[in-house]
Formats: sequence, C-alpha cells, structure tokens
Amino acid sequence: MLSVRHLSKSYPGPRSRDVLHDVSLELGAGEYVAIMGESGVGKSTLLNLIAGLDAPDSGSIELGGTALAGLDDDARTRLRREKIGFVFQAFHVLPYLDIARNVELPLALLDVPPMDRQRRVATMLDAVGLGGRGGSLPRELSGGELQRVAIARALIHEPALVLADEPTGNLDPDNAAQVLELLRECVKTRGAAAILVTHSDRAAATADRVLRLTAAGFTG
Amino acid sequence: MTWRLVTGPILQHPGRSLLCVLAIAMGVALGFAVQLINGSAISEFTRAAQTLAGKADLTVRGARNGFDEAVYAALAQRDGVALASPALEVDAKLPGRDEPLRIIGIDVFRAGRLQPALFAEGADLLDSLRADTVFLSAAAIEWLGAGRGDSLTVQSGLAQRTLRVAGTLTTDDTLGRVAVMDIAAAQALFDRVGRLSRVDLRLAPGVDTDRFIATLDLPPGMTAERPRDAGSATDRMTRAYRVNLDVLALVALFTGGLLVFSTQALSVAQRRCQIALLRVLGHTRRQVAGLLLAEGLMLGIVGAGLGLAGGLALARIAMEIVGADLGAGYFRGVAPNLRISPTAALTFGLLGLAAALAGSLGPALEAARAAPAAALKSGDDQRAFAALRLPWTGIACLAAGAILASLPPIDDLPVFGYLAIAALLMGTILSLPVLTAFLLARIPRTRYLAVTLAIEQLRARPAQAALSLATIVAAVSLAVSMAVMVSSFRTSVDAWLEGILPADLYLRASSGGDSAFFTEADQSRIRAVPGIARLEFLRWQQVLLDPARPRVTLLARDGVDTDAERRLPLVGAIATTDGSLPRAWLSEPAAALYDRTPGNRIAIPLNGRMHEFIVAGIWRDYARQNGAVLIDRATYMALSDDHSANDAGIWLAPGAATADVTQAIETGFGAEAIEFATPGEIRALSLSIFDRTFTVTYALEAAAVLIGLVGLSSAIGSQVLARRREFGMLRHIGVTRGQIARMLATEGFVVAAVGLVIGSVLGFAMSFILIHVVNRQSFHWGMQMHVPLVGLALFVAVMLALATVTARLAGRQAMTGDAVRAVKEDW
Repeated sequence: MLSVRHLSKSYPGPRSRDVLHDVSLELGAGEYVAIMGESGVGKSTLLNLIAGLDAPDSGSIELGGTALAGLDDDARTRLRREKIGFVFQAFHVLPYLDIARNVELPLALLDVPPMDRQRRVATMLDAVGLGGRGGSLPRELSGGELQRVAIARALIHEPALVLADEPTGNLDPDNAAQVLELLRECVKTRGAAAILVTHSDRAAATADRVLRLTAAGFTG
Repeated sequence: MTWRLVTGPILQHPGRSLLCVLAIAMGVALGFAVQLINGSAISEFTRAAQTLAGKADLTVRGARNGFDEAVYAALAQRDGVALASPALEVDAKLPGRDEPLRIIGIDVFRAGRLQPALFAEGADLLDSLRADTVFLSAAAIEWLGAGRGDSLTVQSGLAQRTLRVAGTLTTDDTLGRVAVMDIAAAQALFDRVGRLSRVDLRLAPGVDTDRFIATLDLPPGMTAERPRDAGSATDRMTRAYRVNLDVLALVALFTGGLLVFSTQALSVAQRRCQIALLRVLGHTRRQVAGLLLAEGLMLGIVGAGLGLAGGLALARIAMEIVGADLGAGYFRGVAPNLRISPTAALTFGLLGLAAALAGSLGPALEAARAAPAAALKSGDDQRAFAALRLPWTGIACLAAGAILASLPPIDDLPVFGYLAIAALLMGTILSLPVLTAFLLARIPRTRYLAVTLAIEQLRARPAQAALSLATIVAAVSLAVSMAVMVSSFRTSVDAWLEGILPADLYLRASSGGDSAFFTEADQSRIRAVPGIARLEFLRWQQVLLDPARPRVTLLARDGVDTDAERRLPLVGAIATTDGSLPRAWLSEPAAALYDRTPGNRIAIPLNGRMHEFIVAGIWRDYARQNGAVLIDRATYMALSDDHSANDAGIWLAPGAATADVTQAIETGFGAEAIEFATPGEIRALSLSIFDRTFTVTYALEAAAVLIGLVGLSSAIGSQVLARRREFGMLRHIGVTRGQIARMLATEGFVVAAVGLVIGSVLGFAMSFILIHVVNRQSFHWGMQMHVPLVGLALFVAVMLALATVTARLAGRQAMTGDAVRAVKEDW
C-alpha cells in the first residue's frame, strides 16, 4: 500500500541539516505502525514527505501504486484528499464550523452528495462517542473530545492511510489512552493502514509494530 | 528593555506599522496644509491693508463704487482727528489682460504724512500731481513687464487711456500689484469726480480709537475699522470653505485613528499569549496598558512628524498649482509667502498624536484587563472582541446624530451638522459587529466549499470582520457622501445656469475690475446695432448692508419688475405687494444672512441714503456666496442717478447671425474694450470653475479612500497571517492552494461588499446632512439631491475588485510559507 525507498531529505540554509538519510519503509493495507525517535530525527518530516506536503531530495514514495514524484502540487493534493487522513497533536479543528461540519469537510472536498454526507457524519460521530454533539462548536469541547473530532475527520472519507503525528501530545494520560484505543479501533475497523508518530512507549504499544528512526535510518 | 518591548512589535510588522504612520501623517498633512495656506493668504491681506493704511488708526469705507467726498470733509474736521487722507481705489481693466490692476488715487500732501509706502523714492514731486502718471509697485512692474518711462493703457468706461509709469513705489511687496496716482487725476480718469473709496484717519494723541469709532455717525452703507482688522472680513468670507476643508482633514485623521485602532486591536488579539506572559512574569495591568499605549504613541509621533513635514510640502505644491484660495477664487492676484504657524503645527501635531493614542486606547485597556491564565490559552483571542459586540453605544450615537442634524448653526457655522456626521460615523462603526452579523446571516448557503468556508469564517467572527471594515466604511461613507453632495451641487448649478442665461449672447465691459462700463450713450449705440431683437442691461455693484458682514452684490436689471416671477429660479412663495415700495428679490444666501422672507422689508444704501424695498421673493443663486439683491434697473437709476451698465443680454432678431452682431458691436467699440460670451461658454467656464473649486475636496476624498483601502488590506493581511495554521491544516486534508486563494478572495469580496453596503447607506445619510444642513448653514445654498449612479457603481466595482485582489494577494503571501510548519506554530 505504501512503499518508501531510499528517502533522503535535508534542509538547506546557513545551517543546513540532513534530516533523513536513505530511509525505506513498506506498509501493507490494514497495517498499524508506530514510529519513535528522538526530536529532530525526521519523524514528522517523513510523514510530510509521505503525504506529499514536501518533496524529498532523493528516493521515491508510492502510495496505492501511485508514485508521488510524478505529480504536481494539485495532483498530490487530490491524492492526499482521497487516500490520506491526518490527525495532529494540536487537533486543528476549524473554530468557526460546528463539529459536524468539521467532520464533513473531507467529504465536501470529495463532492459527496449532501444527504450521503450527513448520514456518514452522524455514523462517524456515533463511532467516536460524540453522537448528538454535531451542532456544538469546538470551543464547547474538551481536548480529548476535540481529538475525537480530528480522528472522525481523518477517517470519514475512508482513506487508505492515516497519518497521526503525536495525537496524544496535548492530552492527559486517561484521555490519551482513550484516544489511542479509538484511533486503533477506527483504523482497524475500516481496514486502513496507519502510521503513528510518537514519543510515548504506551502509545507505541498500541501499534502492530514499532519502528525506531535514527540518523542511520530505521532500526527495530 | 522597555524600549525593546515597545518597538519590538512595531518592527516585527514594519509594513503594518508604516501604514498606520502614513494614515496619521496624511490626516495631519492635509489639515496643516489647509491652515498654512489660508493663514498665509489672510496674513498677506492684513499686511497689505496695514501697509496701505500706514500710520492711520482707522479706515472709513463705503460701497465698492465709492461714496460722496463730502464725507471726507466732515471726517477731517471732526474733533479728535489729527490727519485724514482720502483715497479712490479702482480695479482698472487693462486691455488684453484677464486680471485688473488696482489703481489707488491719493492726496499726495496728506498721504505723504500718513502712508509713506505709497511714495516713490527720488521721484519728481510734480509727477505725483500730473494727471497722466502712475507709480507702480515692484510686483506690478514684474507682472506688467513695464519700467519707468513706459506707458500703461487702462480702460475707463469703454475708452482706453494711456498713462506714463513715473517710478517704483518704495514699499516692499506687501501691497501686491498696485499703481498709485493723484486722486483728482484718478477721479477724472475713471469718471468718479467727487467720489472716494476710503478715508484713512490718524487720531489725535489720547483719543481712544474704539470709542471714536463708536461715536462715528457715518452715512448709510459705510463702516470704520482698524487696519489690523482688515483681514477679519476676508477671514470670515473664506471661513465656511476653510472649515469644510478642515473637517475633511479631520475625517482623514479620524480614518487614520481607526486604522490604528483596527491594527492594534488585531495585533493585540494575536499577541494575547505574549501579553499574558508579560503579566505572568510580573508586569502590572498599568504597565501592560502603558506599553501598548506607548506603541500607539510611537506611531503617532512618527506620523505627526511626517504629517507636518508633508503638510508644509503639500502647502507649497498646492499654492503653486491651485493658488492661495485652494481653487475657491477668494484670493485672486495674491501670491503670499508661506508662513509657518507654530500654533497650527502644534494643533495638528497634537491631533495626530491624539488620533494614534485614541486608536490604541481601547485595545490597550482590553489587553490589560484580560485574565492572564485565560489569555495564555489558545483560542482566547475571541474574548478580546467581546466588547465590540455591544451595540448600545452605537445606537446612542446614531440617535444623537439624528437630533444634532436638526439643530441651528452657531455663528454661521454648521457645528451641529458636523457633529451629527461625526455621531453617525461613530455610531455606525460601533454598530458594525451587529450590522455585519445581520448582513452575513442573509447570505444564502452555497455548495462551493471555498465560499462556504469563507462565509462561515466571517459569520463566526463578526467583530474581527467589523475591525477590517471600520476604515473602509469610514472611507466609503466619506466618498459616497461627498460624491452625492458634489454631484447634487453640480447638477443644481448646471440647471441653474441654464435657467439664468436665457439670452442668445452676453456682452460685458469687463469680466474683472470696475473701471469698465457702458455709458448711456454706449447703451444707445448698442441698441442701434442691426440684428438685435431685444436688449437687457445689467448694472451691478457691491453695497454694505451690515458692517460686520462682507458686501452684498446689488444687481439692477432691465425688466425685473415685469418678468421676475417668470425668469428667476425662485424658491418658496412670492409676496403680494401693494406697490407702495419698490420690490427686491433676494438670493438664498442674502435671505439667510439677513434673515429676510418674502413680505419683509430691506433697506439698501444708494447714493448715500437708505432706501426701503419690499422682499418680493427668494431666488436661487450659486454665484455670490455673500448674497445678492436684484432690483429693477429703472428703480435703481431713479434712486442712484447711476445710468451706466456693466453687462447686457442680447436676443437676436430672427435670421440674425451671432457673428454679424458681435462684429458690428466690436467695430463700434473696439474688440479689446468689450467681451462676448454665449450661454454655452459661460456655462462651460462656470462649471470648470466649479470643478476647480472642488479639486482639493476630490484630493481629500481620494486620500480618505486610499487610507480606507490600505486599512482593509492591512486588516485582511494581518488576519490571513494569523490564520496560517488553519490554512496549513486545510492543505493537509486536501484543500488545494487554489481553493484557499478562492476562499480568501471570497472573504475579501464579502467583507468589502458588506463595507460598501454599510458605507454607502451611511454615505447617503451623511450626504443628506451635507446638502440640507452643512451646505445650507455654511453657504445658504439650496440644491436638489442627485445620486451619480454610474460613478458610484464604478467606484463600488473598483473597491470590490481591489479588496478581492488584496485578500487574494494576502493569501498568497500567507501560503508562501511552509503549510507544514504552520500547523506546528503555537504563536
């Protein structure tokens, strides 16, 4: 489903920095992988390269059989829209849309008919434990609830790959545990592959396998 | 450290800070320039009057065409008068020149002791007494290109007389362009034997001037004043125009203050966490407020400084291009030196500072009041705008505006009219969050995601949208109100010109000056010209009805008693008269200034006596701001014994050609002695003068619109930057750059549209006050409201396009950064 081969990335500038060097990764459908590593080693950079938000210096990425290198920005965006769901550390829920419309966003982007959208949003909110809260505004929700909204938004369009970057970094342990359990359950139920970037051993333990990223590439 | 805390935020967003500085500077510069120009012109007038009066304690004046010289004899013999010096002043027409030359006839033996500036150094004394010699001021010599021994041709009646330049006056340039000659020679030359224009009096030591003036029993239509007060009449004449320009400059300054307010409010909301951190680290509320006010003060100091320098430069340029009267036609022939007024500099400098400080005050107090713990949390920035959502102050201001608009003027100035406009402006701006929310709620839902996101974002944050709108609403309302007012005025003037110019051709002895006229014999010769079906002569002169006011124009036209009801652009009712008194028709300004209505009586000084007239009706007149009185010429001739005329209206006989008639008259009098104009030419000239008068207004309007646009783009830009994380997230979930650009363009379009709707409604309300309160109370002119639909539609389209492009550009700037990094940004 995801094939990352010999990926290298450095950031130029007065203090240029090699972030990733010759990194390779294969991920099958439905596989749930955790990536751990020290700060600055390139975990988030790897997610961004996979999502087509950044371009590697060398190496290749194939997502669902499509090589990212041959796509322009709009095509990469469309691919991301269809095949990827994102969960961020800081939730990033639009404050001016209610919960239902936040979750509905990816479906709207994919031009799903409105009636179908409403039905799927209601189902999804039920799945993440926010049934009946669709009309609430983000400011009325707690951090844990906001991350549930983010998970619902990441999975509503049934992506092939979910990328979660420190999804529990802003949550207390209890909420973190609930969110991780929910994320795994939702991913597995929908047959999506997922990459979880985290510093937390407890979070990593929820994955099928754990990879450690170092300056020399993946270990473990 | 404090310095860094103050300058840091300013330097962090140099573009935004620069816009605030420029907006303040623009308002200060405009106001300062208007004051400098007018102050210099008035000062030049006063200096000229003082130079002319010399050592005199007071000057006695009468109607523009003079008074009986017996008045001089009576004044000279009066107790307390040490010396009296008579003078005759005539603005003489010079063939081939548009502007007249002021010729002053003096009694050299008396003026020599009182007015030394009117003498030529080393001149032959006999030249001062000769009938055909004049002495020119340096300014006149430069203007005419003439020197000692050269000849100078002037027109008296329709005849040309040649004089010899005998020397240069010793005076400096304060007198402007003048010529001096013997008084008896001047009286003879201009057919004014026995007439004087002024008498300058030196009082005996110990005589109190004010008490002496109070005891003077002058003939009707005459007045006495100290030379130093000479500028006050001119000052009063120009005051309404100047005050209007000052108010426009203050509106520009207000718009600048609004820009500071919206910029600081958005900036403080964005820096809420940073400011909370200062509180956590130990800064008191007062210190936080002080830091934020100091930011505003810094912007104000730089803006005011730049504004004063800019105002000085603007004044120099404006005086070069449109003249000392800013195009209004008050100071023709005056070329004053620019005098820097410390008072004006201080006033407008402080106004600039006040605008910047007032703009910073609200955001500073709100930030200081914020609870640090809550403010440190992300998402608390919405609390910063909570106060803006309360509409009551705005509603109170709007109500006050409606009441103020109905109040009368103070000392002939529409003070309450201006305050009403200020209250409406303030009320609307304070009500913007509510109005914005109301309008946004009426936008229908759409299936386009970019549009939906844009509308939802605006609906959820009406207070921020209102901040973006504040400057554009102020600017649009100003532009719309001025456009409607000027268009109404211009349309009314155009219609008025069409009505008051019924003849086929107009003939006048001189368009400038008062030395040229048609004698009775001239009038008979014109009547005899073939091809003329009908001829109407007009005599005009300036008469003094009230010593405290500028002179009124007295118009005496043939046939007024029979055709006034049909020919005049009358407003209101006509008085029925029993014929016991002659009828007078007052212009709107004259009726307002002298508080007369149809049926009232009015006394007019003619030939040294007051004559009672009955006010038969009020007519619309845009040509004479100080008022005009129209009477029948037959009545005028009987009462004044003046049978001359200045102008004539000519109706051609069927089949007669204009060219043939003009050629016949020119052959009789000489082409240089007379001037012809068709109604079309007069209309075109009048409208071009009208447009020139409003040149400065257009400039101020453009400046305000510019500030408004800059304010809108600045606010959109800063809000877009603050939403970079949002855009980053949208990019992550699959929104293309193009969709984000469309979303921002939609936001810009919608914000501008809301601003244009609110600004236009406010502008129409303001134009109503400008037309029916400010103009009427300032200039006493009535006019029909006319909305320039095409011009306004174009203006709206341009503003919408600019706002849309601005928002899109701001979005592009925000998207140039790494969308990936943006989602990681905490501040």
